[in-house]
Formats: sequence, C-alpha cells, structure tokens
Amino acid sequence: MMCQNCSKRPATVHWTKIINNEKTEVHLCEVCAKESNQFDFDIDSSFSLQNFLTGLMGGDPEDLRISDQKKVQCDTCGLTHQQFAKMGRFGCGKCYEVFGEQLKPMLKRIHGSTSHSGKVPKRAGGTLRIKRRISELKESLQRCIYREEFEKAAEIRDEIKKLEEELE
Amino acid sequence: MLNEYLKNASAKWMKGEGPYHNIVLSSRIRFARNLKNIPFPSLAGDEDTEKVVNTTKDSLKRAETGLGKHQLTWMKDLDNLEKQVMVEKHLISPLLAKEDRNSAVMLREDEAVSIMLNEEDHIRIQCLFPGLQLEKAYELADQLDDLIEESADYAFDEELGFLTACPTNVGTGMRASVMLHLPGLALSKQINRILSAIGQVGLAVRGLYGEESEVVGNIFQISNQITLGQSEKDMIKNLLGVTKQLVEQEEQARQNLLNESKIRLADKSGRAFGKLSNARIISSKEALELLSQVRLGVDLGLLENVDPTILDDLMVLIRPANLQKYARKDLNPQDRDIKRAEIIRKRIDLSTNKEG
Ligand SMILES: [Zn+2]
Ligand SMILES: [Zn+2]
Repeated sequence: MMCQNCSKRPATVHWTKIINNEKTEVHLCEVCAKESNQFDFDIDSSFSLQNFLTGLMGGDPEDLRISDQKKVQCDTCGLTHQQFAKMGRFGCGKCYEVFGEQLKPMLKRIHGSTSHSGKVPKRAGGTLRIKRRISELKESLQRCIYREEFEKAAEIRDEIKKLEEELE
Repeated sequence: MLNEYLKNASAKWMKGEGPYHNIVLSSRIRFARNLKNIPFPSLAGDEDTEKVVNTTKDSLKRAETGLGKHQLTWMKDLDNLEKQVMVEKHLISPLLAKEDRNSAVMLREDEAVSIMLNEEDHIRIQCLFPGLQLEKAYELADQLDDLIEESADYAFDEELGFLTACPTNVGTGMRASVMLHLPGLALSKQINRILSAIGQVGLAVRGLYGEESEVVGNIFQISNQITLGQSEKDMIKNLLGVTKQLVEQEEQARQNLLNESKIRLADKSGRAFGKLSNARIISSKEALELLSQVRLGVDLGLLENVDPTILDDLMVLIRPANLQKYARKDLNPQDRDIKRAEIIRKRIDLSTNKEG
C-alpha cells in the first residue's frame, strides 16, 4: 500500500488513532512517519485496501464498472474482474490463472517480485521440489569442479541424472 | 475445555519465559493455506466450508502427536463475548469472530497453536511463543502444515507459491511477527526514527492488536511486509536480525536513561505503580501506559516486589470482553473503567503478596 500522505512511497508504518471515539487507520511511508511527531497528527484517511489494489491493477474501480471492457470471469468460482476490483480478494486458486495477465504488475508492486522461492509442499508442489533440488545440485557441481573435487562431482552428476529421469 | 480458556484470562503460553522476554513479549508465525478446487471462504458454499473443516480435522486427528491435545470449536457455538475474549487473547482474528458460516478454530490445550478454519483463507495456522522464538514457532507451524498436507490438496502454483484470497499474502502465505515493549526508545524520543528505518528493510510496524490498533503502552508489533520472492527462512532471518538490533538499542536506551536520570525514572515508575494500585476508575489506554512504566521499572530493578509478568497478564485482562467475562455481565464503558481498576488492584495484590 502507498503512503496516504504523499502517495509516493510504500506505507510501512501503520496504526489506528482514536479521536472522539472515531477510529482512523493511518498508513505512512518512512519519510512522512519521521516528520510526524510521536505519531500524532491529523490526516483525513480515505484509504481502503480495495481501491488500493484496484489502483495497482491499473484503473480506478469506477472506470472498470462503467466501461466494462474486459469481461474476464473465473470459470471455477464465477468471480469477475469487477468483483475483484470491488473486494480486493480472489474467489479461488484458479482466479490467479484467469486474472494472471493483469495480476503480474500488481504482485510486482506489492511484493517487488512475481516468483515464489519459499516452501514447496510435498504433494501439491508436484515436480517443483525435484526441480529445486536439481538446480541446487547443479550449483554444488560447479563448485566441486572449480575446486577440482572430481570424485564428489561425479557423485553429484549421477544424482542429478537420477532426479532428471524421475521428472520424465 | 473452552470454559477453562475463558476462565484463565491470559493465555497459558504467556506464562512461559523466552529469550529476551524483558523486551520481546511474544513471537508469532502464521501460515495461510487453501484447499485446491474449493472456492475461498468468501465465495464458498456450506458444503465446501464443511469439507475444509473435516479435511483439516481428519488429517490432524491421525497425527495426534503433532498437534497434541486440542479441541475444535465452531464459531456458531460461541456467543459474542466468548469470541471477543478469544480475539483479545490473540487466539483468533477479529474476522473469524465475525464469521459464522462453518468457521471454526482448532486450539491446542496450551493455546500456543490455533488453526483458524474458513477465515479469509481456508486454513490459517498460527503458532505463538513467549519471547524471541521465531524459529521455534516456524518449525512447529511448518510441521503442522506438513501434517495437514499429507491428506489435503493445497492450492499451490509453481510460480506464485501458496495461493491466498488476498494477493498480499500469496507466495509463502507467511506472516511472522514479534511484539516488542520499547519504553526506553520511546522515552528517549528515538522511536520514530528507528521505526521508520524498519520500513526500509521490508518490515511493517503496528500497534498492540494488529491492524486495528493504535500504539499504546509502547508496545509495537513488527512483521514481514512481503510474502512473495523471499524464502520463509530469509524472511525470518531478516525479522530476527532487526528484532535483535531493536533489543540492543532498547537496552542501550534503558541503560542511558538509568545513568542519566535514575531518580526521575524511579519516580516515574513508582508513581505509575501508585496510580495503578489506587485507581478506582481507569481507561485501557491509561492503564497500558502506566503498566508500561511499571514494567520498565521492574525490568531495571527500580521497583521491587512486583511480578514482572504483570504487563503480559494485564494487557489481556483489562480488555473489554475479558473484563465483562470477569464481571459475568455486560458493562458499559464507565463500568468497564471501574472494573478495570478493580482487576488491576487485585492483580497487584496477588503479585506483591506472592513476593513479600
Ligand atoms: Zn509519505
Ligand atoms: Zn476463481
């Protein structure tokens, strides 16, 4: 999410202030937070996650609703692009494929990346675990060759071969 | 078993001590997971959400040793007050408390593990430990995740990782966070500078009760901001490194305060203790601020005969739902302020008698 004060940098400091029993969420970047003394200032918060996400998808929600140019819809859960724009939430795992094209730039802006490099589940991960293992082994193979540890390199090479056969 | 939880207001895991417990109140790991080919809870039908609960329940039943003694509680079987008590104890999220459609929580007996079902995502595994124990919490969450996956097909994409309802959680689906008590940095007016620097390393700062809370009592929650592109281990390493630095800075700030204005500090915490011991009406904000000062005084040896866990316990006990549970009736805000002062006085009596 972007800083609600300057809209230039990502918001990294979040809190809620309560004034006269009215709750207001505050989201600021490090620069604006620094300028605010003791987290105490008045900003009219019109922030919402939905609008924010829609903004990242490259259009404002009003536009999308009126023009209705893209009739993209998920065939598994029935979620439309308009609904996503409104809720900021997907309806099922398949949505990620359906809205994939528009999704990438959004993920890039939220996370700074579009590819997972974390845990791979044993079953659902399919062949990815093996592929990850192979690329790890290839790296250590290079290191062995560099250090002229040829005996160990041969072992690793055989292991890679075995795993590659498993993939086929 | 549920009545037990509600009777003992602060969670059992809080009683434990962990590394750096004088500054790091708790460590938490949360995994968001969804089942394949079932709509996420917001669009799911009753059959779907029931399937989520049954699948998770069955997979963990077969692995009793993994989760340990636990109980499944349906949200629809709880009244609002009971749900709110669980929220205040950080056992469930405010969102789960609002959901009735086949939402449930699997709670381990010691309350260190809670698995929320049909919240924003199908499954949210949460592990809470006292002190700085992120790695330990991660290992447990990882193990429970593996157990569930043995019989559940997760929604997982080779490129995007674990698929979640909100794109801000996709990838690892992991949120790692620590709760820190930083009165030294706040008193020495360094806090804003330091917290804003934290943003530059991909972490976010919040108040005591997550997204819906203001910063009071010098209690800050720091968590990873992104979930895609980094491995879980790297995210944890980053958070761990920053936390250790904050602990160091906080210790330094406390030492400096002690060197420069010991008597003023002792006066401040002594007065705070006096107010808490004698107040008859107190708001939660004032209580938390005074508790923070008392806890600092205890940590620095300026206040003797006060139980150091006083802050952890009372942080939960003085919240509205816990107060009403304790009073056994609905309370309006003014009555709550009176009840709160009473609970604090009782808790202080308890701890000083124990020591003396
Ligand atoms: Zn800004
Ligand atoms: Zn869908």
